[in-house]
Amino acid sequence: MTHHVIIGAGEAGLRAAAALRDAGERHVTLVGGEHMPSYDRPALSKPDGETGLFHRPIAVDLAGLEVVLGRTAKGIDRETKAVILTTGERLAYDRLLLATGARPRRLACDPAGHALMLRTLGDAEAIYGKADAGGSAILVGAGLIGLELAAELTRRGMTVRVLEAGPRALGRGVPAEIADVIVSRHRRSGVTFDFDVRIERVEHKSVVLADGARIEADLVVAAVGIEPEVGLAVSAGLACANGIEVNSRLVTSDPSIFAAGDCAVIDHPRYGRTRFETWRNACDQGAHAAKAMLGEAASFETLPWFWSDHFDLGLQAVGLHDPSRRSARRDLADGGWLRFELDENHVLQAAAGIGPGTSVARDIRLAEKLIERGAFCAPEALADPGLGLKSLLKVAA
Amino acid sequence: MGTWTRACATDDVELEDLLRFDHGGRSFLVIRSPEDEFFCIDGICTHERVHLADGLVMDGIIECPKHNAHFDYKTGEATRAPACINLKSWPVKVENGDVFVEI
Repeated sequence: MTHHVIIGAGEAGLRAAAALRDAGERHVTLVGGEHMPSYDRPALSKPDGETGLFHRPIAVDLAGLEVVLGRTAKGIDRETKAVILTTGERLAYDRLLLATGARPRRLACDPAGHALMLRTLGDAEAIYGKADAGGSAILVGAGLIGLELAAELTRRGMTVRVLEAGPRALGRGVPAEIADVIVSRHRRSGVTFDFDVRIERVEHKSVVLADGARIEADLVVAAVGIEPEVGLAVSAGLACANGIEVNSRLVTSDPSIFAAGDCAVIDHPRYGRTRFETWRNACDQGAHAAKAMLGEAASFETLPWFWSDHFDLGLQAVGLHDPSRRSARRDLADGGWLRFELDENHVLQAAAGIGPGTSVARDIRLAEKLIERGAFCAPEALADPGLGLKSLLKVAA
Repeated sequence: MGTWTRACATDDVELEDLLRFDHGGRSFLVIRSPEDEFFCIDGICTHERVHLADGLVMDGIIECPKHNAHFDYKTGEATRAPACINLKSWPVKVENGDVFVEI
């Protein structure tokens, strides 16, 4: 009888647990550090546009699983194959999955932690609890989470100013032309941006810049990326470098221990050593880890994909953006457009789209299938809105 | 028994594609299979309140444009997480070039 233990009850851990149960495994223990059932993390920065609802429990059937909430693991005894919980309990395992996620990166100039950060439901409650209409907010960091929060705080009636250390918004992973569209949309709703900003220190309700200027605000939020939760893995002697190192099957340096989601840096067949920080990656790696724990030998090959919402605009992207690649642009009827990236052999490598709501979703999904198939695509064909991507896929098949 | 309601002309929907059809405050999708059969399912994803009309229709599946949930468009069955509740499917008939749905 195989005992499966999963540390972390976010998307990756949940999906793995449910997949193991669905495969007929009878002894699956899921350990979650928070004192509540799992919830949808994307909704924390992308609340419902009408109601502002940001707490959405994940509807997963937990029947047949042993779920332990409000307790975390403090150690792994690899010799005897047991996880030691902070309460002292020992959980014996045959297969262990680490789905420990990540924590928000703290600003070096804010050691006291004046700036709020967003990762958990409690974080979101703290931020939105101070998001009073008519108030002012400073967002440090013009990444996806920072700008999603800027849109939501604006929707709640705040005056929002974004401070970014880099020369532009969304500098990691989003093409500059698409980032420009998103920034313009924010400006149209009154959000202001300062780039190449150096912050000296964060104080209570204010930010002091390197040039001495002080900016006051009712709410200061820092959104400057995440760091993988590797403490448990490091203390157990597992190989870690910017995440828990796993091979293409999600196996760590210990063949009985696996890792998936935000915490895992995978040897991806297409990209090499990469750590993905997206919702879908957590879902897909969680499901894949379950198969690997049951002995399946397949590599995890899924392409990275994400979406991000900004007021009425939706961004979707698939593949990893590389600004040095040749690109092609396709304009869509509703004002949205798609940007494709090709390698020197005209093989599609990445695509991103921006448009009203979910209007680019279908084409980005088709682009994903084209990338998966290694399809050759003439830039002229990609740029022609009269030529359906589905027809290109049929040619490629 | 519901009422047979005209949704669209058959020519309004391309092969392996969909058309959103709103009726009585409710959203539906009329989907035409590659085999030229017509189906009708609810137009809002059962996972969140996302309109499925921007989703991809392919290989017998309609995919949610936001969270990649899959539904069998012939039956409405949810076949991939995060959706776990089936979409309601509605009877369809084609008469004289028009698609009717029994709502």
